[in-house]
Amino acid sequence: MIRQIKQKHFLPGFGIGLGFTLSYLSLLVLIPLSILAVKSLSLDWTVYRSLLIDPRTYAAIKLTFLSSLVAAGINLVFGFIVAWTLVRLPFPGSRLIDALIDLPFALPTAVSGIALTSLYVRTGLLGRYLEPYGVQAAFAPLGVIIALTFIGLPFVVRTLQPALQDIDKEYEEAAISLGASPFRVFASVIFPSIRPAMLTGFSLAFARALGEYGSVVFISGNMPMKTEIVSLLIVGKMERFDYEGATALAAITLLASFLILLAINLTQWHYSRKVQQTG
Amino acid sequence: MPFVRLISLCLFLLFLSGCFSYSGKDTAVEILNVSYDPTREFYREYNAWFEKKAFERTGKHVRILQSHGASGKQARFVIDGLEAHVVTLALAYDIDAIAQKSGSLSKDWQTRLPFASAPYTSTIVFLVRKGNPRNIQDWNDLIKPGVQVITPSPMTSGGARWNYLAAWGYAWLISLEKRGVILSAITEDERRQADEDAFSFVSALFRNVPVLDSGARAATTTFARRGIGDALVTWENEALLAMKSLPGKALEIITPSISILTEPVVAKVDEVTARRQTDALAQSYLEMLYSPEGQAMAARHHFRPRHMEFVNAEDKNQFPDLHLFTLEELFTDWQTAHKNHFSETGSFNKIYQSLYSLENQ
Repeated sequence: MIRQIKQKHFLPGFGIGLGFTLSYLSLLVLIPLSILAVKSLSLDWTVYRSLLIDPRTYAAIKLTFLSSLVAAGINLVFGFIVAWTLVRLPFPGSRLIDALIDLPFALPTAVSGIALTSLYVRTGLLGRYLEPYGVQAAFAPLGVIIALTFIGLPFVVRTLQPALQDIDKEYEEAAISLGASPFRVFASVIFPSIRPAMLTGFSLAFARALGEYGSVVFISGNMPMKTEIVSLLIVGKMERFDYEGATALAAITLLASFLILLAINLTQWHYSRKVQQTG
Repeated sequence: MPFVRLISLCLFLLFLSGCFSYSGKDTAVEILNVSYDPTREFYREYNAWFEKKAFERTGKHVRILQSHGASGKQARFVIDGLEAHVVTLALAYDIDAIAQKSGSLSKDWQTRLPFASAPYTSTIVFLVRKGNPRNIQDWNDLIKPGVQVITPSPMTSGGARWNYLAAWGYAWLISLEKRGVILSAITEDERRQADEDAFSFVSALFRNVPVLDSGARAATTTFARRGIGDALVTWENEALLAMKSLPGKALEIITPSISILTEPVVAKVDEVTARRQTDALAQSYLEMLYSPEGQAMAARHHFRPRHMEFVNAEDKNQFPDLHLFTLEELFTDWQTAHKNHFSETGSFNKIYQSLYSLENQ
């Protein structure tokens, strides 16, 4: 069968390329993940049941997924605006701004967590202006969303930039000369061509937010039932040597995020097939 | 053949990974002490002193390597294979876990050194703002409406489990006192009543907690640097250290009338010391903690020593008298305390579930 596949490829190095990819992925991703799978399957079913009926775990899972979705959504909207500005409307110093986008990648997450907390607490630089309006950012779900938005921004911007650069301006000009409103141009010309990149950016930011720990634990306040995220519960279980509970919770989260990412990718695949058929 | 190439590539990668295992060559005998965070300053001084002492006695160079981190995390590193010769952690539960999960030391490790293997101790006190504006004198002042209390979460921080048990123990003993019950002659019913009283006291206390940091240092930052809360519940040695390192930071230490005797424990990891032939050295490293010099040094670094007679008057003055109860007196042992308070069905979880359902009614 490999021979058959090979005959389709005219470039040399297919064998070594496939071999390397498989070994590399096994070492880095598949082996660690399969250990989690094996461990989690060997657990007693009661471990899962006690987790699933525990209101505190349920509250943490709900908070983690909802705030990750909201943060990825915010990043999608504002990340698009940032990417659009950087690609289409370059201004003096836009290269500098462009470089700043990568900072959330580079900064140790604990550092950004502590910095965000200092800003948003009641006495902080931004928190003191929010307090009169009764808005509590730090030590509230809002704080979790702020931290997750911060770490997710580069994923959306960096996936949208090349897609926006690839759009041929002639299509937009043609649409405008045919009398389309600016909104129509965006909805019918620009949006379809960057939709795959938007979905990718969204799912990357979302996936990153689900597993985030360092930047969230400082700003969330870690109140049980209210502002605890799943990774904090996992760390807490490890801290109390409850390896089984930690493994089970990790497996539940992994399964849920895999399903969501699969759904996003299926949507993308569905759209791209439609584009191929009609186009 | 692609398959052959694939397999040879895998073998090559395996070979590469083998190359990274190191081999150490050094003339000095090394001992790794895996410890928790607040002992950093103490062990820096003690290690230098012990290295000198060991060289004078045996003529051999000894080097003590030191590792610090959250107590539970450090224990997990040792379970997962970090080669600690000795462990010096915040609570016996963590060393119990090493003994149970890795079997690298015997389960009766606490009987092998004096004072249940805890050469120095501390207790749980409060830090308040200068002038004590909320007039906080004892545990029952912390449950007053409007008072904000900062403590790390007992679920993620081993040190904070002592905080929790200190508050619980205070309420428990006060409940006995009010009803004129004596601890040595307590009945099951009286015990249950005291448990209920303690539960509602600790619930009221945690209603006043606005943020649960994941560790002791983060909680200190929240209180001292961000100015959140009226009282920080913390170890006495940490409070004294904070006072020293943040002069003019406008904080005061308040010692409650009753608190728990916190007992950080030390143990030799037999499996490692036997293999590395450092058994005698590691043993004397731990025994010297009980020596007059070791005890005086612990007091200098704000730990309450077991032998106060070795401590000079100035260091003695940092430790006011109070009623100290031990974990064994009230909670039997760590396994029981953990099951009743910090497991999924423990009191801490119950408190938050009842607080949450109260708020949502």
